[in-house]
Amino acid sequence: MENKDITTQRTSDSLLDVERTFKERLAYAGRFLWRDRSGVIGLVLFLIVVIAAVFAPQISPYDPLEQNLRDNKMPPAWSDGGSGDHPFGTDNLGRDSFSRIVYGARVSLTVGFFGVLIAGSLGLVIGAIAGYMGGRVDTAIMSIINLILSLPYLLFVVFIASVLGRSLLNVILIFGITDAPIFARVTRGEVLRMRESGYVESAISAGARWPRIIFDHILPNLIGPLITLATFEMSAMIFYEAGLGFLGLSVPPTIPSWGNMLAAGRKYLQAYPWIAAFPGLAIMFTSLGMNLLGDWLRDVLDPRLRRSRK
Amino acid sequence: MQRYFISRLVQSVLLLFGVLLLVFIMVRVTGDPATLMMPREASPEDVEAFREKMGFNDPTLVQFGRFISGAITGDFGNSLHFKTPAMPMVVGRLPATVQLALTGLVFAVVVGIPLGLVGGFNPGSVIDNIGRFLALLGQSVPNFWLALIMILYFAVRLQWFPSFGRDEWKSVIMPAFVLGLPVMGQIVRLTRSAVLEIRGEDFIRTAHSKGLMLRTIYTKHVLRNVAIPLVSVIGVQFGYMLGGSIYIEFIFSWPGMGQLLQQSIGWRDFPLVQALAVFTSAVVLGLNLLTDMAYAIIDPRIRYGK
Amino acid sequence: MSNILEVNNLVTKFYTLDGVVNAVNGVSFDLEEGETLAIVGESGSGKSVTMMSLLGLIPMPPGKIEAGAAFFSGDEGRRDLLQMSPDELRDVRGGQIGFVFQDPISTLNPILTIGEQISEILTRHKGMSKDAARRRAIELLTQVGIPDPELRYKAFPFQFSGGMRQRVVIAIAIACTPKIIIADEPTTALDVTVQAQIVDLFKRLREALGVAVIWITHDLGVVAGVAERVLVMYGGRPVEIALVNDLYEHPQHPYTLGLLGALPRMDARESERLVSIKGTPPDLLLPLRHCPFAWRCEHAFDRCWQEIPPLITVGEQHQTSCFYDLEEGGPRDV
Repeated sequence: MENKDITTQRTSDSLLDVERTFKERLAYAGRFLWRDRSGVIGLVLFLIVVIAAVFAPQISPYDPLEQNLRDNKMPPAWSDGGSGDHPFGTDNLGRDSFSRIVYGARVSLTVGFFGVLIAGSLGLVIGAIAGYMGGRVDTAIMSIINLILSLPYLLFVVFIASVLGRSLLNVILIFGITDAPIFARVTRGEVLRMRESGYVESAISAGARWPRIIFDHILPNLIGPLITLATFEMSAMIFYEAGLGFLGLSVPPTIPSWGNMLAAGRKYLQAYPWIAAFPGLAIMFTSLGMNLLGDWLRDVLDPRLRRSRK
Repeated sequence: MQRYFISRLVQSVLLLFGVLLLVFIMVRVTGDPATLMMPREASPEDVEAFREKMGFNDPTLVQFGRFISGAITGDFGNSLHFKTPAMPMVVGRLPATVQLALTGLVFAVVVGIPLGLVGGFNPGSVIDNIGRFLALLGQSVPNFWLALIMILYFAVRLQWFPSFGRDEWKSVIMPAFVLGLPVMGQIVRLTRSAVLEIRGEDFIRTAHSKGLMLRTIYTKHVLRNVAIPLVSVIGVQFGYMLGGSIYIEFIFSWPGMGQLLQQSIGWRDFPLVQALAVFTSAVVLGLNLLTDMAYAIIDPRIRYGK
Repeated sequence: MSNILEVNNLVTKFYTLDGVVNAVNGVSFDLEEGETLAIVGESGSGKSVTMMSLLGLIPMPPGKIEAGAAFFSGDEGRRDLLQMSPDELRDVRGGQIGFVFQDPISTLNPILTIGEQISEILTRHKGMSKDAARRRAIELLTQVGIPDPELRYKAFPFQFSGGMRQRVVIAIAIACTPKIIIADEPTTALDVTVQAQIVDLFKRLREALGVAVIWITHDLGVVAGVAERVLVMYGGRPVEIALVNDLYEHPQHPYTLGLLGALPRMDARESERLVSIKGTPPDLLLPLRHCPFAWRCEHAFDRCWQEIPPLITVGEQHQTSCFYDLEEGGPRDV
């Protein structure tokens, strides 16, 4: 056998050009942003809602509770009879819709944030216990979790809300408790997976103590899936809170929340459709942002899924 | 297979017992079921009389025993509003809810699965992008709001469909569409990601290495494996629709279980609410059981008890 | 003996978001009829991608075959695999070239019976009826040493042990009496005792069927008992090709020497301890401009950093791509 013609790339320039030029780096970053454009959009939408909630008093031109019956049921600024004073118009009591939408973000985010915080903390503890103890404890915990997860969720939320009565704290507690099983199940799954992967065992055999194992090995691996789940669950809670409000089962009617606004707007749907339109759009806007963000986080934070991304 | 079936059946019965316990506890969670069930303006004497009549003064265990023995015979007491037994009234509402959920599910499946399949086999194509956009929309649009908008345009303005009730065949279209939309989104996403995942499996590479025709690989090797998660999701989603049609039935005045729930909460008719919660849960549990059976039939790993 | 496969200067790249991965950078080799050739290298050396690209089994995109030719002397005469249409390749795969993959757990479809998975390749390539395919499949199961073949025909993969599954995969590979079997790390995922059984099975089948085998592995230790010739790959390039004994006795490339050093040896003296090769595999994202092994090579001198060494003939059926003469202890005169 003789030599086959192998193309030899004879080059004399620098061999160690690991350094990429600034332009190349910029193009690289740009490619990533373009690939992740939906995630960026999601993040921007979500941040807009957060900013609206945090700076509601600064952003909203009116007190959301201030009634002005003379200017009631005004259409949005861009339609006939509307005025720039009330960009989204006013409701049946003459309250400024834009201000109410901005303040409504507070209710939604409060419910979503604290709901997820409670559900996440409860779920993390319960799931970790189930995953660690294994055996009968695990079986018992998992059967309770499966019981709760196999129930018609909305029906029970409506049921509990009707028993407890309308208050912000109740709504947060309902979501915080009923949603904990999902976090528990994910936590347990991850803990079991880690136990099987063996590096926890090797850490134990190397003499590491439990707190160290939990903080160095377990939590860093849990954080990705839990953050992703938290985003989706927060979006779901915002959704369900509005739904409860629509049925008259969420926060008291005096509080400007998107669900309450929808419920009020429903009565004037035919003649003054914008009263119901804007809170619906606000829910959609938030939910769209959080779904995009959640999808992106899942792709970025879950190494098992990263490879399947095209 | 038989053993699996029996163990799932026993599990479902236990779950149902858990539901009864949960419902029992929930009505008593605020402390006094009598105040919960009576109108707010009722006098203390009336509340006390009601409490005695309903047996809420008995020891909790006695109450629970009565509740369970009643539940076994299907007796959940009389509706406070209608003064007639609660359970038959709930069961009478089942057909309407099933009709609504089933129509919505058919829509979600018929539109969602093809979109998901096309997307999974041609990621990045035009149809894939349309499917993903629809899926995102379906999951982000609040369906109770969409229902209002649709009533406004298609019922009030265009008068294509009736805006409420269940009087003609066209009545079901709008509520079923709105109820099915988020489910369609779920199905598109799941089908798409399942196809992508299965296509990346080693055994699909093996199928290619055997020189099989693409058609054979896709139908025999990919689709059959995609069907497994799909069956389970469709079952779960159907359960979700049966128990989650509350808003939709409320908005469209659809005479199903959801509407009855919303009404009975307004009337503070908790015997009726209890009966609804238990019955809907039983239907959903039964559905989950059926789903698992279907699952076992297509997945030999479960059929042969691995 | 004539060559059944001649690969010339194969170049395969993957266009990923992280950049262009130069997976295979000019690989050439021949395979004789009935011969067993081992392709050895660490993961990322391009050994699997080389074979997968030849038969259209890499995902395209992101994969792309940029150059090369691969002449396969099959049923339709001598033809270039890389010029074939996807449908023509489909006829070759499974029918004339069989495959055995690494992990027998994931390479079989979990929800089809193994009988079905053997039969389908027979109905596809040999046009057999269902019944004939069934009889042949049971015959094949017997041939690869599966007890109770009639019964096992109806079983599912999860009802088999790892070694038994690999036997099923081998039965699929030989079903249509191919001219070549490509075995990609066929024993890596198995227990040591099972490994030996699978190696024996391969030898027996090779004798019985006269089939050529390309045995891809990272383990030079397995090679001695199986192969006649060895191709060592590094960084997507061939670094040494030799007859197996010649390679063991006179390795001509520092990398091969390192691989041999990493093997536990029965006749090792005190001074010859187990050594591993220092350093990490090359970054395939960087375009190849010099010897890919230079980073890790203790003999590297200036020429190694300036040119890509071509394959140099250093003996009968022995080539290496190294500018340094290990036996003489100085730069080669080429």
